[in-house]
Amino acid sequence: MYLEYRVDGGDFQASGQAAAGIKRTLRQIGIDAEVARRAAIVTYEAEMNIAIHAYLGTISIEILPERIIIQADDEGPGIADIPAAMQVGYSTATEDIREMGFGAGLGLPNMRRYSDEFEIESQVGVGTSVRAVIILPAKEGN
Amino acid sequence: MQLREIVRILDAEVLTGKDKLDMHVEAGCGCDLISDLLAFTKEKMLILTGLISPQIIRAAEMADSAAIVFVRGKRPTRDIIDMGEELGLPILCTSYPLYECAGLLFTAGLPGWRHWPRIVNGVQNVP
Ligand SMILES: Nc1ncnc2c1ncn2[C@@H]1O[C@H](COP(=O)(O)OP(=O)(O)O)[C@@H](O)[C@H]1O
Ligand SMILES: [Mg+2]
Repeated sequence: MYLEYRVDGGDFQASGQAAAGIKRTLRQIGIDAEVARRAAIVTYEAEMNIAIHAYLGTISIEILPERIIIQADDEGPGIADIPAAMQVGYSTATEDIREMGFGAGLGLPNMRRYSDEFEIESQVGVGTSVRAVIILPAKEGN
Repeated sequence: MQLREIVRILDAEVLTGKDKLDMHVEAGCGCDLISDLLAFTKEKMLILTGLISPQIIRAAEMADSAAIVFVRGKRPTRDIIDMGEELGLPILCTSYPLYECAGLLFTAGLPGWRHWPRIVNGVQNVP
């Protein structure tokens, strides 16, 4: 199964809807609650990063029998120093953004923590791509 | 701890989820930043917050939180209450500040995250 959502930069009203839609779908098709929770958190953080830091992007999720692949691609300013951005607490979010409850500098660390495989690529002035994989628990009897 | 008990201790107003007061809550966490909620809570936790934002409800949905308490007498806006209603997520409102809410609930036996050791995705809560 493959789902794709468009995410607009600066849209804090609609943002979170891709993650919410994906979480509901995962639960509907009977994915384990803990896995759905992890996938939802990874997707939500990826979605908010596009809304906050980029101009336009897509979030997709591919559900395979043994794994879930979450892919977020955006057109945006990109990240010059990825190791710095991956640090807990590192954030370039403005004061306005912080007042809305974002900008803890935990988004990328959360994404890495809740996924089994995590990759990030970015080109300054072009955009950022994040790919996270969550391995599904083996079904009994398989 | 039952949600009903939390309502009593915090002298809270129940804005949504009046039918869920029998629900069992495992632990509590105070979060004023969305990523804090996602990083430092487990499922079925009570979220205490001073952040009035639809995004806190969205984050609670992602994290499978048990219920939300808006502290310090802050009242959520209609759109936030509607979201809670739609999700079946109980929303409470109390005049106690965050620190006092946490103290009252902790003293009454509701643990925090670090006192509720569990391993998730190879990460143990207790450092
Ligand atoms: N999609 C993105 N496009 C551009 N910059 C990004 C993107 N995602 C993250 N960043 C940069 O990395 C930093 C850390 O990201 P994150 O850990 O999610 O924290 P936060 O979003 O709270 O600032 C951000 O402050 C921003 O500078
Ligand atoms: Mg972020």
